[in-house]
Amino acid sequence: MIPAAFDYAKPSTVDEAVRALAEGGEDAKVLAGGQSLIPVLRLRLAAPTVLVDVGGVGELRGVRDDGDALVIGATTRHADLLRDPLVARHAPLLAQAAAQVGDRQVRHLGTLGGSLSHADPAGDLPGAAVALDASFEIAGPGGRRTVSAADFFVDFLTTALAPDEILVSVRVPKRPGWTTHYEKFNRVAQAWAIVGVAAAVRRENGSIAEARVALTNMGSTPLRAGAVEQSLAGSAATVDAVASAAGHAAEGADPPSDAFASADYRRHLATVLTRRAVLAAGGIA
Amino acid sequence: MTVVDERPAAEVGAPRKRKEDARLITGRTMWTDNLTLPGMLHLAILRSPMAHARITRIDTAPALAAPGVVAAFSGRDVAETQGSLPCAWVVTDDMVHPDHPPLAVDEVRHVGEPVAVVVARDAASAVDALGAIDVEYEPLPVVLEMDEALGEGAALVHSDKGTNKSYTWIYDSAEAGHGQAYDAATAEAEVVLRKRYVQQRLIPAFMEPRSVVVDPTADQVTIWSSTQIPHVLRVLIALVTGLPEHKIRVIAPDVGGGFGGKLQMTAEELITMMAARRVGKPAKYTETRSESLLAAHHGRDMYQDVELAARRDGTLLGLRVRLTANMGAYLALLTPSVPLLGRYMYNGIYKLPAYRFECTGVFTNTTPTDAYRGAGRPEATYAIERAMDDLAAELGMDPIELRRRNWIGHGEFPFHTVAGLTYDSGDYEAATDKAMSLFGYDELRREQAARRESRDPVQLGIGVSTYTEMCGLAPSRWLGSLGYAAGGWESASVRMLPTGKVEVLTGTSPHGQGHETAWSQIAADQLGVAFEDVEVLHGDTRTAHKGLDTYGSRSLAVGGFALVNACQKVVDKAKPIAAHLLECDVADVEFSAGRFRVRGAPADAEGKTMADCALAVFAAHDMPGGAEPTLDAEAVYDPTDFSFPHGTHLCATEVDTETGRVTVRSYVAVDDVGKVVNPLIVEGQVHGGVAQGIAQALFEEAVYDADGNLLTGTFVDYTPPSSADLPDIVSDRTETPAPDHPLGIKGVGEAGTIASTPAVVNAIVDALRPYGVDDIRMPCTPERVWRAVQGGDRS
Repeated sequence: MIPAAFDYAKPSTVDEAVRALAEGGEDAKVLAGGQSLIPVLRLRLAAPTVLVDVGGVGELRGVRDDGDALVIGATTRHADLLRDPLVARHAPLLAQAAAQVGDRQVRHLGTLGGSLSHADPAGDLPGAAVALDASFEIAGPGGRRTVSAADFFVDFLTTALAPDEILVSVRVPKRPGWTTHYEKFNRVAQAWAIVGVAAAVRRENGSIAEARVALTNMGSTPLRAGAVEQSLAGSAATVDAVASAAGHAAEGADPPSDAFASADYRRHLATVLTRRAVLAAGGIA
Repeated sequence: MTVVDERPAAEVGAPRKRKEDARLITGRTMWTDNLTLPGMLHLAILRSPMAHARITRIDTAPALAAPGVVAAFSGRDVAETQGSLPCAWVVTDDMVHPDHPPLAVDEVRHVGEPVAVVVARDAASAVDALGAIDVEYEPLPVVLEMDEALGEGAALVHSDKGTNKSYTWIYDSAEAGHGQAYDAATAEAEVVLRKRYVQQRLIPAFMEPRSVVVDPTADQVTIWSSTQIPHVLRVLIALVTGLPEHKIRVIAPDVGGGFGGKLQMTAEELITMMAARRVGKPAKYTETRSESLLAAHHGRDMYQDVELAARRDGTLLGLRVRLTANMGAYLALLTPSVPLLGRYMYNGIYKLPAYRFECTGVFTNTTPTDAYRGAGRPEATYAIERAMDDLAAELGMDPIELRRRNWIGHGEFPFHTVAGLTYDSGDYEAATDKAMSLFGYDELRREQAARRESRDPVQLGIGVSTYTEMCGLAPSRWLGSLGYAAGGWESASVRMLPTGKVEVLTGTSPHGQGHETAWSQIAADQLGVAFEDVEVLHGDTRTAHKGLDTYGSRSLAVGGFALVNACQKVVDKAKPIAAHLLECDVADVEFSAGRFRVRGAPADAEGKTMADCALAVFAAHDMPGGAEPTLDAEAVYDPTDFSFPHGTHLCATEVDTETGRVTVRSYVAVDDVGKVVNPLIVEGQVHGGVAQGIAQALFEEAVYDADGNLLTGTFVDYTPPSSADLPDIVSDRTETPAPDHPLGIKGVGEAGTIASTPAVVNAIVDALRPYGVDDIRMPCTPERVWRAVQGGDRS
């Protein structure tokens, strides 16, 4: 449980961080809350030569109101999301998902940006970010660029971030009139999701006007459940209608089989949990 | 429970907060890994990545060239001198008992087996250098599953032994003279239940990983180890290494849990000794959590083929158990005996005319199994309590009614059982009535019927477990007759200090149980001193020099008895001193409420205290004729028999038939552990034990892949529950004092674990009987439960 030796850099600005990454080359890694990286290092599953600790970069932390969206710094802790009034008002789904991450200790060290950049398909925040159509501000040697949630998650543990880039912030559109729920199914309370479902619903005159549904751990990246969303759009806000739509949840998904669940069982769970998530999000009983 | 802070009239029975907790909970104490000695070196151990292989080449020289490395060696370098790890319990004359080298020499037989060691100036350098060791393995066939291991032509774990069978042990109640023959007694049975229950492999998963420090530089070699058994370990080290026993000192400083997992002489202890003595400097080895899960001994792992015969009215006629027990790749300290400790318990609390038990121990290419909380008794209780619920379902009878018809009535004690033990006391009726009332049994049955009727996707199940267990390991004569190498007595010493303070030395070795508090309460009452004035010393063979340590719920039942006897001796020694101080005849002195008074003196007469006597003895200016100037005393107690706590646990589970998720909705534990010294500690033991038993039912399993790699090598994969996964536990007691113990104590360390696993699984199966489910393999994961509901694969 002792990592291989590495060099350590602690920049205080985004530019310094990007420079340190560039200097470190391919074997440099960004350290934020360390809740995924440190165990990997201790198990010697990875041996980066340089760790760039972004914990001292002030620009990266905090939540601000930016008109039609919230901008959340990458090193904002899960615990910060849980008690932030702007998040509670404009993006409660992020808090609902963050509340399910690990245990209390993990939530006080782990960061939103770390969870998104690590891109574990069983992580809770990526699915929520996809459901909310968040966009990602990225800094690199060539300046800054913005990537949509749909393009950010590329594959298992792989994002659109180049090795010399860091995630600066996440922009989450405000969605007045939408209500949300994150439904997580796991083995023990502090574990990763076997399957999770992030749901956002806008109701209008007794029916469901629009819905956005994202699935956790049903493939190598978080997935939009497109068929469910289409089926829900304009449908009656009833238990039967939602159950019928949720039946499409696993369409197109290619979930893993592992020690916790077979792929078949995950497909089944996706339909049950999608039904429950949408019912809860929409307040439908 | 409220906690007393002012002084109670009697310490025994008071819910004292534990005096050791402040240091244990904050960690500001002497864990072995906190110890740093001048010039101390650090070990890292290279472990086999193969489940079975020949070591064709091994070269540690490249590691020697790495920075900071002082020494590196493999099993070949010490093959002639390292000796074999001991198995102290030879269960049959023909038991197959292979050599067990601490460092593998020519062959590795399970993943995680130590093959080489690096000694360096710091722990990081030692770990870094492991990669430089050059090893070549030639794979050998791997055998993991027990039925396969016993089959024709199976690959052999120990090819020189010609078999994977270690032993077969048989008990037959007719042959032993404790009952009838199974076949004859069950010839007219109207119902015969036949089931295979599977005890999955578990990992003790104690909180503090194992750690050992060896200092070979002084006259005595000192070994600090995170162990449950410092005293036993000292003897074993002498026997295995040839080092004279008086030149060995073993210290178990504060130890962070064990659950039987530290009832062991480990390869790591011997390897650290070898390394320290080779380099002539103190050396430390602390395992990582992953190493702990991989290589510290595992528990359970048995197939239980059970046959329970009865009449239609529920009367039990006979029980036959065929047990297949996984030894792992070697026999560790108590490996072969663990399943056999269960054989006394398969009959549970029931009157059975006939009982036959056969157990076969099997070698596989897995980590050795050994004691894990309950050691044989949870397995036995699981089988009989599952079988009783299954039989009740078969008979269409309420499971509690079936038990009532067969259990030993409270007027029938002492009761000689079909397994050959004599149960001292108990009141199964009282415990069950109390549990049913606290649980709301009838109301929950009505709710269950309503949910079944309405086809609620969340079904309710009720599980019953009425258990007994044997505590107070153990009468030495009994242990000897079963082939165990040591005895079962325990010691206690009392030192009266000149200022009236007291040091109590115990040969038990706490690792979280709260002995310092409980022993202080007993000594305070016995000696008439304050609770705070007692210091309990343990775990160092130089101070508490005599003992047999802590396991098998023995410490208070046996060690507490010794303490009472030692205190009595102190009182007896103090009496003539008090008489001398009071200027009266010894025969006229009475000791009560902590004071010596002249018989017939008023109750408020000042008299003399133990402190007065201690000071008088210290000065020794004026001793009564011939009296030795000391009050100190030692007592060693060898129990005459076991004690038999019992209880009734009831569990209600909600089973989500859509997802397979099981939620324990309510849990009631009514335990009868005899008289209680500290109800707070008892409640803690019950809560912890129930949590661990629920963990077996729902959460934990050590899993190997087809090549023998442990898949559950971290806490991400081996999933012990946290408080968030567990129910509120309602814990209550009935109290039937142990008739043969001066304090009426029975023991509580394992009761919760023993009782709870079958209660939970019975509740799950009960919820799903309408779906045709009659078994689910543990742990009852959501997918297994869901598949059972689907009528699919139940494995």
